[in-house]
Amino acid sequence: MTAQGGRDIVAEARGLVKRFGAFEAVRGVDFTIARGESFGFLGPNGAGKTSTMRMVSAVSQPSAGSLSIFGLDPRVHGPEIRGRIGVVPQDDSLELELSVRLNIEMYGRYFDLPRRVLRERTDELLDFARLTERADSKVDDLSGGMKRRLTIARALVNRPEMLILDEPTTGLDPQARHLLWERLYRLKREGVTLIITTHYMDEAEQLCDRLVVMDNGTIVAEGAPRELIEHHSSREVLELRFGTDAHAAMHDVLAPHAERVEVLPDRVLLYVEDGDDALRTVHAAGITPLSALVRRSSLEDVFLRLTGRTLVD
Amino acid sequence: MASRVLPAFGSRRSLHIFERNYYAYRSQWLMFASGFFEPFFYLLAIGIGLNHLVGALPVGGRSVSYATFVAPGMLATSAMNGAVIDSIFNPFFRLKISHTYDAVLSTPLDVTDVALGEVWWALSRAALYAASFIVCMVLLGDATSPWVVLCWPGAVLTSLAFTCVGLAGCTYVRSWQDFDVVTLVTLPLFLFSGTFFPITLYPQWLGAIVSVSPLYQAAALLRGLATGQFDLLMLGRAGYLVALGLAGLWLAARRFRAILTP
Amino acid sequence: MTAIEPRLGWARWRRSWWYHAVFYAQTWRGSVASSVLFPVFYLASLGVGVGHLVARHHGLVEGQTYLHYIAPSLLATTTFQLGESESLWPVLASVKWIRVYHAAAATPLEPHDILYGKLSWVVTRSLAIGVVYSAIIAAFGGVQSWWGLTLPLIGALITLAFAAPLTAYAAWVESDASFVMIYRFAFVPMFLFSATFYPISAYPGYLRPIVQLVPLYHGVALVRAAAFGQGSLLAQLAHVAVLGTLALAGIAWGRVTLRRRLVD
Repeated sequence: MTAQGGRDIVAEARGLVKRFGAFEAVRGVDFTIARGESFGFLGPNGAGKTSTMRMVSAVSQPSAGSLSIFGLDPRVHGPEIRGRIGVVPQDDSLELELSVRLNIEMYGRYFDLPRRVLRERTDELLDFARLTERADSKVDDLSGGMKRRLTIARALVNRPEMLILDEPTTGLDPQARHLLWERLYRLKREGVTLIITTHYMDEAEQLCDRLVVMDNGTIVAEGAPRELIEHHSSREVLELRFGTDAHAAMHDVLAPHAERVEVLPDRVLLYVEDGDDALRTVHAAGITPLSALVRRSSLEDVFLRLTGRTLVD
Repeated sequence: MASRVLPAFGSRRSLHIFERNYYAYRSQWLMFASGFFEPFFYLLAIGIGLNHLVGALPVGGRSVSYATFVAPGMLATSAMNGAVIDSIFNPFFRLKISHTYDAVLSTPLDVTDVALGEVWWALSRAALYAASFIVCMVLLGDATSPWVVLCWPGAVLTSLAFTCVGLAGCTYVRSWQDFDVVTLVTLPLFLFSGTFFPITLYPQWLGAIVSVSPLYQAAALLRGLATGQFDLLMLGRAGYLVALGLAGLWLAARRFRAILTP
Repeated sequence: MTAIEPRLGWARWRRSWWYHAVFYAQTWRGSVASSVLFPVFYLASLGVGVGHLVARHHGLVEGQTYLHYIAPSLLATTTFQLGESESLWPVLASVKWIRVYHAAAATPLEPHDILYGKLSWVVTRSLAIGVVYSAIIAAFGGVQSWWGLTLPLIGALITLAFAAPLTAYAAWVESDASFVMIYRFAFVPMFLFSATFYPISAYPGYLRPIVQLVPLYHGVALVRAAAFGQGSLLAQLAHVAVLGTLALAGIAWGRVTLRRRLVD
């Protein structure tokens, strides 16, 4: 699934740059996002994802390059663009002293929505976020997962064509995460364009039709999650653990048994077509790891291949 | 007219920030209401102790009690202090420290809307406090003329002028420590702008310098209004405050634009 | 037994003092200019300016020019404000919002060490301000006796008399809702009506005993007596006793409230 083929384009960047003083956070990136697509920015902390998001949401101005959102220039049409998108910031930024309901209603007022419309819409959104019973609680008293769902509900108050989520599930427990993903699928089915930044590869694989991998302010790869894995990694990965200090020395020993070997501080990764097969040949060669694990290749491996670093340290 | 002279600053959407503050502070009405007592205590102390020590002072052609002399100056000062705190401190704190408005900035509102919204809020508070100050003046017998009601628009004008200047100043604030600089400006203004004694006590050259102080102009304007002694000079004083406010707004708009569009 | 064994002596509270000192060292610069310029501006305006009007109309106030009369009370109101401003919000923040006192309580420090460290730090600052202010007051001619050398100590006593009970109170309450009310209905009237700007004789006879119940009144009376070297020693001891009692009661209460907040 790609952005070509005459589909409606909602966001397009060419040579996009963001500088903060002498520091270049985003160093000339290109991407095109089609309507209805769910598009991911994957990368470690400091890769330039959030800076890119802030430019796409017309909050911060590009330092150079061109950016067009809904065919409009954010430098000129900031308010119009922001009126048509929803933003879920990394740190919620909710009004802690106000009630759950007022948080949504007040936010809706910023979009000039009439109160009558807002009351109805807030009821729907509270239901969507499964917060109806907590409607009159102070936000301060909610759990982390509830706050996150409220932030998403709040971002939907203007019925946005495009929803921008910055690290939507960071800091949530697995249960809260799955509930959130389920709500996001629902939005996607309804045709909302999703833009998601994350440093969780499983999240990217689950949610994104297409993604770019960012590192050091640049895009190092682009494609559908499966395409990226097929293109940049082998089918399976054999993970071996030895004694703590032994890993570095194992590279040359293991190299003949795999297409590629990566040595990490706590384990050695062997990129192979068939993991069980590889493990047998390793054993046959008289090498005995403390533990062994065979798994399918993931975006984590793509990232490691492209940047030489892991996503989450 | 004004919109052609001034660069665009904020929009009608700024009113939503006023609305937001209304909800956020709704439960704290007692705190606002109790603000009434602060000027009351100050004026009461001056009435009890200093009227007796200082005696009558001439204002215009008339001789008035010390409290009657001081009250308009205190009103002007409280308008200045409130305006400076609300326009420098609040936008700085909420935009940079508490990040109250991070989420708001991804709606159609921008930074100038937020700043302007804070100004609307500050001005309505100032108008409320000015009204209660004037009530205190009347209750304590410090008002000698029914024209004292005109002090209300006068005090609001004073707030407006200082708010606009403060808004420009807000764009220069980098950290908390810069607030000491603000105090170093407002405190001498408060103490030496003819608030506590007529500027005729200064040597002539010093009096000329002090008369440039916007707080002196505001205090003199309010003093004339409070005692019902009108002269043409008061138009000049009001004009001075209007000009100051416009200059502040012009600078603020330019600075905010520069920050927003690098 | 090794050298890095934590030392548990009587002076554990010094650790807490150091915490405050190091924290203050990051931010003090701006406040120096204001703490020198403020008293100078203040005395020039109210002392010299208004003093001029007083001299013309009324003459001397209790045998002093108005400038000399109000100069010492500036020390009393400033040290009072220091004690008050360092104790309500900062303490509630430390025990409830940013909870740095909980962090301190997880070290060998006992709650009362934290209390003593906090109060000794505020007193240290009060002494520093006292020295600067006394010098400025003296430069304006407001110090006329060798007793004036005790002014910084009196200032420190005033600070402690307010800081101790207010710290205890702030460690006790659950929110800052009452603080604004205390400020408006206790601190502002106390600042204005403690015979700070005019003699107590300005009040009608029946009000004077009430004014004498106000703690700051005793501070103001004490600094004036020391600056001018006048008044009976017995009366001064009574003022000291009032302020001292407040300080000790505050410390005793603070030991209870901080312990309850941090340990129980």
